Amino acid sequence: MEPSRLPGFLLRRGAKAAIVILAIVVCNFLLIHAAPGDPASVIAGQSGAADERFLAQLREQFGLDKPLHVQLWIYLKGVLTLDLGFSHRQQQPVWGLIAERLPATLLLTGAAFAFALAAGVTLGALAARRVGTWADSLITVVALTFYATPIFWVGLMLVLFFSVWLEWLPSFGMATVGVELTGVAAVLDVAKHLVLPAATLGLFYLAVYARLTRATMLEVADQDFVKTARAKGVPEGQVVRRHVLRNALLPVITFAGIQAGQLIGGSILVETVFAWPGIGRLAFDALLARDYAVLLGVFFCTSVMVVLFNLLTDLLYAVVDPRVEVEG
Amino acid sequence: MREFWRRFRRNRGALAGLVILVLIILLAAFAPLLYPGSPWEMATAPFVPPGEEGMLLGSDSLGRDVAAGIAHGARISLMVGAVSTIAALSIGVTLGAVAGYLGGVVDDAVMRFTEFFQTIPSFVFAVLLVAIFTPTIGSVVFAIAVVSWPPVARVVRAEFLSLRSREFVQAAEVLGKSRIAIVLTDILPNALSPIVVLSSLMVASAILLESALSFLGLGDPNLMTWGFLIGAGRSVIRLAWWMSVFPGLAIFLTVLALNLVGEGLSDALNPRLARQRGGAT
Repeated sequence: MEPSRLPGFLLRRGAKAAIVILAIVVCNFLLIHAAPGDPASVIAGQSGAADERFLAQLREQFGLDKPLHVQLWIYLKGVLTLDLGFSHRQQQPVWGLIAERLPATLLLTGAAFAFALAAGVTLGALAARRVGTWADSLITVVALTFYATPIFWVGLMLVLFFSVWLEWLPSFGMATVGVELTGVAAVLDVAKHLVLPAATLGLFYLAVYARLTRATMLEVADQDFVKTARAKGVPEGQVVRRHVLRNALLPVITFAGIQAGQLIGGSILVETVFAWPGIGRLAFDALLARDYAVLLGVFFCTSVMVVLFNLLTDLLYAVVDPRVEVEG
Repeated sequence: MREFWRRFRRNRGALAGLVILVLIILLAAFAPLLYPGSPWEMATAPFVPPGEEGMLLGSDSLGRDVAAGIAHGARISLMVGAVSTIAALSIGVTLGAVAGYLGGVVDDAVMRFTEFFQTIPSFVFAVLLVAIFTPTIGSVVFAIAVVSWPPVARVVRAEFLSLRSREFVQAAEVLGKSRIAIVLTDILPNALSPIVVLSSLMVASAILLESALSFLGLGDPNLMTWGFLIGAGRSVIRLAWWMSVFPGLAIFLTVLALNLVGEGLSDALNPRLARQRGGAT
């Protein structure tokens, strides 16, 4: 894309993202009111007291006695100032709880994503170069397998194999309990705890990216510019790397962006299995405690993360591929 | 029909998938005969390993038969998969048909709506819905349907967009057929094959989603499900690996079978695409 058109493109995409986020806030608000029982009695139940006066006080405090559209306005203003409500279970603001857990989730999903993308593209490229051989079939079968396996079960099986039977890797938490580690030792400790959860979360997407890379590479390999490169006498390795793979990567990147939301959803399950202290685990604990404020906050934050990530992929795509459509 | 079966049969994976699927359906159908009584009842001592004391797949922490749980769970998984897919199809087909046939502003509005649902993290949304509407089989089906219709709407819209300008549709319009009649009797039957292929994949992902929800404790508390079994086995995995291994295998086989059947259906319904894909997928 020409550099001069970039700001307009950014503005349009930004506006679109803002609308999506606004819609999510409204959706959240409606869900609170769709919940059985009025929010005041839910809050009262959670803080363990429920006489009439307390209920009335809560209603006033949260504006529940006002008309619905006023309440929506108050809620919107709250969210815009990062006030996602108050967890009466944990006696803490929701945003604080989430912010505290966010780095762990970002580390987990980031590691899983990097692993899935790198390994998936490599395997897909290998399969595409050896179409029809046993290596190709093997990669296809592995991809089909992970496609059909529940992610939390993969996690449990990895725990069974690598922690219980082989005793190679820790099966829960983010750091060894009861040991004070600093510097390199601490980093290594976290890395060791990261291996199994990140592998679990990454394996499914590895399968997806491998299949996609294989399919797009085979498609690109048939095109004229590849034939031209070969005819020119460009060495085979270079044809694959510079002509085929580079062009095949674009759809993979787009797809990866679209799937970011599912990656974060999967992290709820993986964090539950491995007791990883991220927002997924927070959501699971909130689920057990029926702490709706936290659940809604987690939904909001993960949605915003997805929107931002999509924005980023759009941008990356537009920069990488000059032919990209900038409309819409 | 015979032609369809001949093409389906050529895909060996699809055939294997169909066999597995039929076996699982039989297991679900005959669960009350194979394992009479409630799967929640104690059958033997706790933590009996597989193959001992007449427990084919072992017993759980309360002495319940894991195999009985899997057989009864098959009923719930298949039922939730089928019902939520039907619900998602009815939302998706309706919205897709309206958008594709009417076009213009309506199309734009429906597609923005669809995009919104595709952007939000669907699993987190499903968890939220089930938690807020209290976990029952109804709310689970509802949540799965709400998060899985967007691909249907997209596919149906694309089909309708291309079909509505075709000559036989124009002919029907000239003849004065009502719009609803055209959509139902002329366009929809011609858009069926991608919907069929998609729905087998949707049943598969609905089963995965249901198992994930019940694993988190969001299943119907009165129903035995595969996800619940795995969730119950999670904390005692060091003691009783069989509690989580076997239900997971059941999910894996079912989902794999459905995916394979989906691929076979796609080959049989789009022979041209299948031939193109020969080397490419």
